[in-house]
Amino acid sequence: MGKTLAEKVWDAHVVRSAEGEPDLLYIDLHLVHEVTSPQAFDGLRNSGRKVRRPDLTLITEDHNVPTLDVAKPIADPVSAEQIRVVRENAKEFGLRIFSLGDAEQGIVHVVGPQLGLTQPGMTIVCGDSHTSTHGAFGALAFGIGTSEVEHVLATQTLPLKPFKTMAITVNGKLPADVTAKDLILAIIAKIGTGGGQGYVLEYRGEAIRGLSMEGRMTMCNMSIEAGARAGMIAPDETTFEYIKGRDHAPTGADWDAAVEYWSTLTTDSDAKFDAEVIIDATTLAPFVTWGTNPGQGLPLSASIPSPSDAKDEVEKVAIERALEYMGLTPGTPLKEVKVDNVFVGSCTNGRIEDLRAAASVLKGNKVASTVEMWVVPGSGRVRIQAELEGLDKIFTDAGAQWRFAGCSACLAMNPDKIPSGKRAASTSNRNFEGRQGPGARTHLVSPEVAAATAILGHLASPADLVNA
Amino acid sequence: MEKFLTHTGIAAPLRRSNVDTDQIVPAEYLKRVTRSGFGDGCFASWRKDPDFVLNNPGFADSSVLVAGPDFGTGSSREHAVWALQDYGFKAVISSRFADIFRGNSGKGGLLAGEVSQDVIEKIWEKLEANPGTQVTVDLDKRTVTCEDIVAEFLIDDYVRWRLMEGLDDIGLTMKHVTTIDEFEKTRPAFKPKVQ
Repeated sequence: MGKTLAEKVWDAHVVRSAEGEPDLLYIDLHLVHEVTSPQAFDGLRNSGRKVRRPDLTLITEDHNVPTLDVAKPIADPVSAEQIRVVRENAKEFGLRIFSLGDAEQGIVHVVGPQLGLTQPGMTIVCGDSHTSTHGAFGALAFGIGTSEVEHVLATQTLPLKPFKTMAITVNGKLPADVTAKDLILAIIAKIGTGGGQGYVLEYRGEAIRGLSMEGRMTMCNMSIEAGARAGMIAPDETTFEYIKGRDHAPTGADWDAAVEYWSTLTTDSDAKFDAEVIIDATTLAPFVTWGTNPGQGLPLSASIPSPSDAKDEVEKVAIERALEYMGLTPGTPLKEVKVDNVFVGSCTNGRIEDLRAAASVLKGNKVASTVEMWVVPGSGRVRIQAELEGLDKIFTDAGAQWRFAGCSACLAMNPDKIPSGKRAASTSNRNFEGRQGPGARTHLVSPEVAAATAILGHLASPADLVNA
Repeated sequence: MEKFLTHTGIAAPLRRSNVDTDQIVPAEYLKRVTRSGFGDGCFASWRKDPDFVLNNPGFADSSVLVAGPDFGTGSSREHAVWALQDYGFKAVISSRFADIFRGNSGKGGLLAGEVSQDVIEKIWEKLEANPGTQVTVDLDKRTVTCEDIVAEFLIDDYVRWRLMEGLDDIGLTMKHVTTIDEFEKTRPAFKPKVQ
C-alpha cells in the first residue's frame, strides 16, 4: 500500500524504532523564541548539556517585543528581562538570533519561510503551536512544549508516536471574494476545534492547488485551531518557485537534487487516510467568528446563533457562555455588529500578500472615526517590502497605524492590547476570552474583511463597500 | 521527575468545554523565565469571578480537576501544565484533551486521564452535590474512583510507564546517541543550515 505525504516525511526521519516505544524522530530545523525557551536553556545548563546542532537552531524575538518605539529600551521590565535572557542564551550556546532592530527580526513563522529555511520534506518544530504554518511547503511541522524544546536542543530528536492522517479535500474553485482565511475558518467550523485531534491534516484538491504559498501558510497555520498537530500541502511548482533564490534555498546541483526529491512528496494514489473530509469550495463565502473559540464561526451573511440551535448540552452551555462574554444577542445579523478595533497582522495574516490585500481595500478610503486600526507586519522584511510598495502610505492615509514587526495584538503579551469590553476584528488565529487583552472581544476575519470592517465600522466584506 | 502511582484528593468540577491554555494561564504570566511560581496565574482571569468553582471554599484545596471536552486547546505553552501543578493539581480528567497539552502533561508529571463525557457528567453531579468530595486516580489500574463511580481512563502506555517510573526523556534518548550520529551522516546535503 502507498504512503501519504505525512507518512513519507515521517519515515524519512525515523532514527530509531522499537516495539512499545515511540519512534525517535530527527528534527531538521528548530525555531526558538523568547517565551517558551528560557526554562529549556536553564534545563540544559543544570544538566551540563550543550545544543547538539546550533546550525539547525534559529532564534527570533517576536512574542514580547513592542511594535512602537522599537529603538528605545523595552518599557515593561518583565518583557525586557525575557528578551535579555534569550539574548544571553543565544550567546552562551552559540546560536543565531534575530533581535529587535534586525531587518530579519519578526514572527518565527514568517521568518523561516521568507529566508528559504522552510523546505519540503523537512521536520520543523518550535515551542509554538502555530509551527503548523510551515506544513504549507510539504514539511512536517508542529508545535512542542518547553520540555520538548530542551529535548530537541540537547538531542536534535524527539520521541513521538506517529500521528493519524486526515485528508481535507477542497473541490472546485474558491469564489473570487473568498480567501484562504475564509476557507480555513469554514473548515474549523465544520470539523470543530477537536475534529483534527491526533491527526496531521493534508489539504488537497483544486482550491488548494490554486492558492499562493502565503494562502497555503494561512491554511496550515490554523490547523491547530481544528485541534490538529500539523497541516500539510504537497509541494508543487508554486512551492518550488517560492523557495528558489531565497537566502537558504539550495543552489546548483543541490537545487536539482532537492527538486527531484521534493517532487516525490505527494500522497500515493493507493495510500489510505485514517479520515477524510470533503469541502465544496464553490459554496463558500467570507467567514467570521462570532464566539470564543475558532470553531464558532459563520458566513458573514449569517446572524448570531442562539443556544437553542445547539446539538447537545455541552454546546448549549458553550454558546451561552460565548454570547455573554462577547456581548451579543441571538438573531443579530453579523454585519450589524459594530467594531472598535481592527488588527491586521500575526503569523496567520501578517505577510506581504495580506498587507497588499488589506491595502487594496483601504486605498482611497478612511478608517471610520469610531475605529482604531493597527497594521503590524509579520517581519522586518515584510515591513521594508510594504514600504517599497507604498502600502504604509495607504494605511496611514486611511488613518491606520503602521507599526513594527512582532506577534503584537494576536496574543497581547506586548503593550498592544485591545481594551476591556472593546470589540476587535482581527486577522489573527484565536478568539479565546482575553486573548487580545483582558476582557477584549475578538472576531477572526481575513485581511480583506478586516479592511472593509475598519472603513464601515461594523463587520463587513469589500462587497459591502460597493453597496454602501 | 517524581513517580506517579496513585493520588487521592479533592476534585473540582470545571463545567466547561474548550478550556484553552489562554484560560489555564494567560499570556501575561508567560514572561517569567523561571520554571516555578505560576500558581497565581492558574485560571487567573476566571478566578476574578467569585462564582468560579475554585473560589468555592469546598473546592479551594482541589488536586484533581474534572473538565469538559477539548481541555488544553490552543497555545503550546507548557506553562499551562506548570500553572496547574503549582496551583496544586496532580491530575486532570477530561473527555478529550488537546494533543500538545496531553504531551506536555506527560513531560511535566501531571496525569491527563481521558474518560467518556457520560462519566464526566456523573462525577460533576457528585462533586457539585458535595463540595470537598475526594477522588482517587490510580495510574497502575488506570481507574478514577468517585464514591460509587469507578471508571477506567485512557492514557498512553508509554507515558504511563514513564510517569510510574518518574523517568526523564532526555536521559532515555541520550542512550541512543550513536544511532543519532549514524542517522545524521545519511542526511541529504541540500538540507538547509542556519549558520
